[in-house]
Amino acid sequence: MSVSSGPSLSELRALAGEVCDPELPPLTLSDLGILRSVERRGDTVVVTVTPTYSGCPAVEYIEAELEAVLTGAGCEDVRIERALSPTWTTEWITAEGRRKLIELGIAPPQPVTGGPVPVSLGRRPTAAVPCPRCGGTNTVEISRFGSTACKALHRCDDCREPFDHFKGI
Amino acid sequence: MGSDVDPLLTYLLRLADDNLVLAQRLGELIAGMPDLEEDIAVANVALDHLGQARNLYAYAGQIDPAGRDEDDFAMGRSEREFLNAVLVEQPNGDFAVTMVRQLFVDAYQVPLYEALSESTDEQLAAIAAKAVKEARYHLDRSAGWVVTLGDGTGESHHRAQAAVDELWQFTADLFTADRVEDELSSRGVVPDPASLRPRFDGMVGEVLAAANLTVPSDPYQRLGGRTGFHTAHLGHLLPELQWLHRAHPGAEW
Repeated sequence: MSVSSGPSLSELRALAGEVCDPELPPLTLSDLGILRSVERRGDTVVVTVTPTYSGCPAVEYIEAELEAVLTGAGCEDVRIERALSPTWTTEWITAEGRRKLIELGIAPPQPVTGGPVPVSLGRRPTAAVPCPRCGGTNTVEISRFGSTACKALHRCDDCREPFDHFKGI
Repeated sequence: MGSDVDPLLTYLLRLADDNLVLAQRLGELIAGMPDLEEDIAVANVALDHLGQARNLYAYAGQIDPAGRDEDDFAMGRSEREFLNAVLVEQPNGDFAVTMVRQLFVDAYQVPLYEALSESTDEQLAAIAAKAVKEARYHLDRSAGWVVTLGDGTGESHHRAQAAVDELWQFTADLFTADRVEDELSSRGVVPDPASLRPRFDGMVGEVLAAANLTVPSDPYQRLGGRTGFHTAHLGHLLPELQWLHRAHPGAEW
């Protein structure tokens, strides 16, 4: 395939950015801010992604999807690279991504202030995470870990529903 | 291990093995924790440790002159070749043992990964910067549970104190150093393990005080994990971890 006849890099980037997270299907790689770059190196299209957590099991699925999508768009040689640095942060989730999270019933991450999160030694007061269903702030953290590594489990004492909270990191 | 082995390779395996062995121990608990939330939590923590192990093994594979990969390191080495600290191979015991072991690991890994994220080795720094965010969450959880148990009922206090008494003898192994750490720390690649001890003592001391728990007065410490001298438990853990790979070498799905 000659470079001139294939899709442009911005088209490939748009395609790659539309790949969905398998565990949060409406959210795309663009929404989550884990797509770092799409570039050509010789005849190879190199896509760089940043995993959210060290052991995130979605990474391998996402990489396979990216390869399938770009191959389907006419790229013959696709390579996926993982970049650990700079470290992914929930600050990279876009406004659109946050909107979709609320739609899914997941409270979006709280803003991450600069510097390391202080270790609270188990006595961290639970910041009131607004309930994504009723907007109530009368909520409590039930567990530090929710249905996936990136989420914590909370309960709203206004509407009495449990909900996931995307942890700010 | 011979003195001709790259100290960085040995160091990466020491840290990776800590995480793999602990992930395997925690994995044994999935579907067996006291409630659903803790079952999910233990699976998530195990997954974080497994992910950290994989990042470290992958890096080790890039610098290994023998060309071994992640699977070769995890599935192809025997007990004497594993370099994890003896703490992580200790059996899960009751819930108190599982949580006290986790507290000791977390209070070690938080300052370790913080220091490593400043490493002169960019790849090691990147792996650690990712891992430290996870380790801080782990510490919040384990510290919370140790306080809940130690400062709880008579029975939970008794069990938590028994867990501290049993596991304290395995803590010094985390901070041992030999020529591997000496050489790497002189180049700013890794921290001197002894330099992590004050943070560990401070955090663990604070949690144990809040939990009405005390460390045992017996000074005995079981060392040796970093050079492959393990307690009897690792030899039983590895066959369960490795049997499939050994029975079907190279199998994929």
